[in-house]
Amino acid sequence: MTDWPSDLLGHPLLSPALLMIVGGFVLAASPRQVHGVWLLAIPAAALALLWQLPLGLHGEISLFGFDLTMLRIDGLSRIWATIFLIGSFLSGLYALHVRDRIQHVASLIYAGAAIGAVLAGDLVTLFIFWEGTAISSVFLIWARRTVRAHIVGLRYLVIQVTSGLLLMVGTIIHYRATGSIAFNHLGLETAGGWLIFLAFGIKAAFPLLHNWVQDAYPEATVTGTVVLSIFTTKLAIYSLARGYAGTELLITVGAVMTIFPIFFAVIENDLRRVLAYSLNNQLGFMVVGIGIGTNLAINGAAAHAFAHILYKGLLFMSMGAVLHRVGTVKASELGGLYKSMPWTAAFCIVGSMSISAFPLFSGFVTKSMILTAAAEQHHWIAWTALLLASAGVLDHSGIKVPFFSFFHHDVGWRVKEAPLNMLLAMGAAAFLCIGIGVYPAPLYAILPFAVDYSAYSTAHVINQLQLLLFAALAFVVLFRNGWYPAEIRGLNLDSDWVYRHALPAMAARIHRALVATREHARAKLGRLGSGSYGWLKSHYGSTGALSRTWTTGVMLLWAGVLLALYLVIYY
Amino acid sequence: MIVQLFHQMPVLVVILPLMAAPLCVIAHRALPAWLIHTAVSWVVFGISFLLFVETRVAGRVVYALGGWAPPFGIELVIDRFSAIVLLLVTGMSALTSLYARASIAAELPRERAYLVYAAMLLCLCGLVGMTVTGDAFNLFVFLEVSSLASYSLIAMGPSRRALLSSFQYLIMGTVGGTFLLIGIGFLYVMTGTLNMADIAQRLQGVAHTHTVEAGLAFIVVGLSLKAALFPLHAWLPNAYTYAPSSVSVFIAATSTKVAVYALIRFVFTVFGADLAFDSLPLGDVLIVLSVAAMLSGSLAAIFQTDVKRLLAWSSVAQMGYIVLGFALATGAGLTAALTHMVNHGLIKGALFMAVGAMFWRMQACSINDIAGLGKRMPWTCAAFVVGGLSLIGFPGTAGFISKWVLLQALMVDHHWLLAAAILVSSLLAVIYIGRVVESLYFREPAEGRKVARGEAPALMLVATWTLVALNIAVGLFGAAEVDATRQAAMSLLGVGQ
Repeated sequence: MTDWPSDLLGHPLLSPALLMIVGGFVLAASPRQVHGVWLLAIPAAALALLWQLPLGLHGEISLFGFDLTMLRIDGLSRIWATIFLIGSFLSGLYALHVRDRIQHVASLIYAGAAIGAVLAGDLVTLFIFWEGTAISSVFLIWARRTVRAHIVGLRYLVIQVTSGLLLMVGTIIHYRATGSIAFNHLGLETAGGWLIFLAFGIKAAFPLLHNWVQDAYPEATVTGTVVLSIFTTKLAIYSLARGYAGTELLITVGAVMTIFPIFFAVIENDLRRVLAYSLNNQLGFMVVGIGIGTNLAINGAAAHAFAHILYKGLLFMSMGAVLHRVGTVKASELGGLYKSMPWTAAFCIVGSMSISAFPLFSGFVTKSMILTAAAEQHHWIAWTALLLASAGVLDHSGIKVPFFSFFHHDVGWRVKEAPLNMLLAMGAAAFLCIGIGVYPAPLYAILPFAVDYSAYSTAHVINQLQLLLFAALAFVVLFRNGWYPAEIRGLNLDSDWVYRHALPAMAARIHRALVATREHARAKLGRLGSGSYGWLKSHYGSTGALSRTWTTGVMLLWAGVLLALYLVIYY
Repeated sequence: MIVQLFHQMPVLVVILPLMAAPLCVIAHRALPAWLIHTAVSWVVFGISFLLFVETRVAGRVVYALGGWAPPFGIELVIDRFSAIVLLLVTGMSALTSLYARASIAAELPRERAYLVYAAMLLCLCGLVGMTVTGDAFNLFVFLEVSSLASYSLIAMGPSRRALLSSFQYLIMGTVGGTFLLIGIGFLYVMTGTLNMADIAQRLQGVAHTHTVEAGLAFIVVGLSLKAALFPLHAWLPNAYTYAPSSVSVFIAATSTKVAVYALIRFVFTVFGADLAFDSLPLGDVLIVLSVAAMLSGSLAAIFQTDVKRLLAWSSVAQMGYIVLGFALATGAGLTAALTHMVNHGLIKGALFMAVGAMFWRMQACSINDIAGLGKRMPWTCAAFVVGGLSLIGFPGTAGFISKWVLLQALMVDHHWLLAAAILVSSLLAVIYIGRVVESLYFREPAEGRKVARGEAPALMLVATWTLVALNIAVGLFGAAEVDATRQAAMSLLGVGQ
């Protein structure tokens, strides 16, 4: 492969994205026996092709009167395309046993569109692939073939297409304002910039624009959810990093994103939905990184996206395996599965430890970059929010997901271990999670900016271990004391207590104190002179001249008087 | 095609509500009419936001209606100043639309609800039209559109006294409109044109004729009537008190502000500050009247028993702050006036929404009726408390920013007495807001009254708390707002000179 003619490289048709999309269509027409080969070979070939392409702009073509740039290879786009292809390979491996042509085709085209969008050098190309991801991905939801999935899919599609339309309108306005369609830093200074920002915000699941994630992802097929979790939101993160790095607003948005899903995740019963909430929370870390905008922060966001795709995919894979074998992922109906599915349980724990950022796991070496960047720029509020969110992640994703599915009390499920291909996919993802955690240098080497950073300083490790220990302690204490019943809904008791008991008690005490003060003040004030009060009351009381309703005539008189006054003064 | 639409944005904000109003009547049912009203309000708000961003970049957006070039055709002009007022009006309309459904369903007979939505859209159309037009006669037409719509809205109020209040308002409003028209007529006689920029240019030679001076007097009095400036405020307390709650919210937050906007527009853009403030003593008269409004309005508010009426009197007082800033005729003064126009819209919107929610629950809102509601409607009452703090000017709220900017403007020119008057008026605000808060939290419900429980509907709370949150956001990050209003004031002075 290394001796491809150099003039052929950079041809617009020779793009990893198109390779994936064409591969998808070929798969649609090929017999079932070779599906597995295609699913693995196409991402592998695309990955090889990606790394053959030299840095720079390639694949310029002219379309609709615009000069489009199909391929822009630089540090930022290459790391994203790389992880998208790795994710596509792993999810293909995971889905190998599935005998559903539509899902395979949709996964490949969806991945291709996402990679095309990442490599796009201009906003029009971005828009085309942006809509491509929307339309191809909805089939992964519809492939569940239930009525509910059909409705959810429609909702999902409407939201995704809306995002695309906003992007298009924003692009047009931006083009008219600046005369350029290049997809570089956009900023919020123009109306077009705001619309594009909103389009990205929808796909990045900004607070209040986020519901589609929790709505749609848990309703997709076993393998579909894994695929969905990889691309759409991370594409939006990439777009934000490209267009809005250093936009202060993003720090606030990201901090809110990390905090608020925690509460929902803690009380949610459907474990795939729990993961969808925690997905949102993890995106918040990346958004904060982009908002900070320094080289270290952007590196952190990129690295975190890389690691996140692996461990979040791994967690969705393990829950998918449970759903595949048991038929449910409701926490209240699961328990004790480690006996039947030991490998899946082990891989799930690796994913949990990665997302909780245990040292030696991937989350640790990437998340700490964002935290360090926040601290360096003195964004202390955001830093505190991220720290709190990190503790929350351990409780809902790190402990809750594996604990309630694989341990807790044994409900009596006796099922087979997950299929071999699923185990292989999970194993590979788990291997990468630990690999990045233990030896991060290769990941650091492909980050957008040169790295001068070490995650394993003593302070980092000790801080993180303390945080994790106390978060775990909180969980254990609550659990041991039986402060929540066997059902999962009891888990929110710790926060419940604050507003059910402590706050009302405090409010009642303040109330009593204020009532006493008021009586005291009334007694004092009542003795003070009432003469002026009487005068005021006679003028302003309900019958006073200045407060009662005037007749229309009096009102008109005043209008006349005022007009006369002005006229006299002016003459 | 979409790009074409974006060039039409200035006219869309006027046309959309105008076209949607008859649709509401055709729909003839509460729910579809509400949906139309909500959708149009939010779309118009979105467009206004884009226009606002555009004026931040470009300075001003000009649109020739029907392609007829000004001064012969009608021109729409959106500069930084009108963009801010436009954002306030459409934003309030959008939030009121969320609030209106439950509130109107509770206060009016079902078969009349669609008329409220239609009239609210017409009122929105009129107010937006007044804000964006660059044509003097056109401004009068839109003033009448908004006024006629508000007469009918107030007349639809649940109590029988609404009709009389609306009638009084109609007479006063019509007189105000007529004065404005006479004033514009005088200008037309002297200049032969109706385009504001054109009038301003042609006035240069004839500025000191009696006709022009009389024109100024008529326009100032006419718009003072619509802005409810003391002593022409007497129609306002009844109108706000007896209107349906969501109508009170919308009109209290926008209508008088737009009248002041029109006044500022005429004085600065058409007549020019030199003529109005240097050659003629407009500023001195307005300062006296605005101080009288602040003190008299606040004192009257203290003695009210109906909370809506109390807030209405407080509006009379607050108009005093706005006009005072304007009457200083300095950049800082105009900045203060514009800042308080926006902030007072946010404050009064939040307070009227909270009171409307109490009315929704109790079917009454006198101080005695709402006694002890603090425990039963915690969110609504908390919203009233925060809104009240903002009205008083507590640090960390929007009201504080307004007062701070206004006090700074006064200090620059060493108006110590006026600054003292503002402080006194703020103290009076502490008393009347305190009376309501006391009743909410410290008094038990009157004996024998049925004790209704439960919070207001979710959409009402969402709208109320959005405004409360905006109050706090402006209070904490006021610099951005003041920066925008200062730019607007500077652009106005630049045009005026």
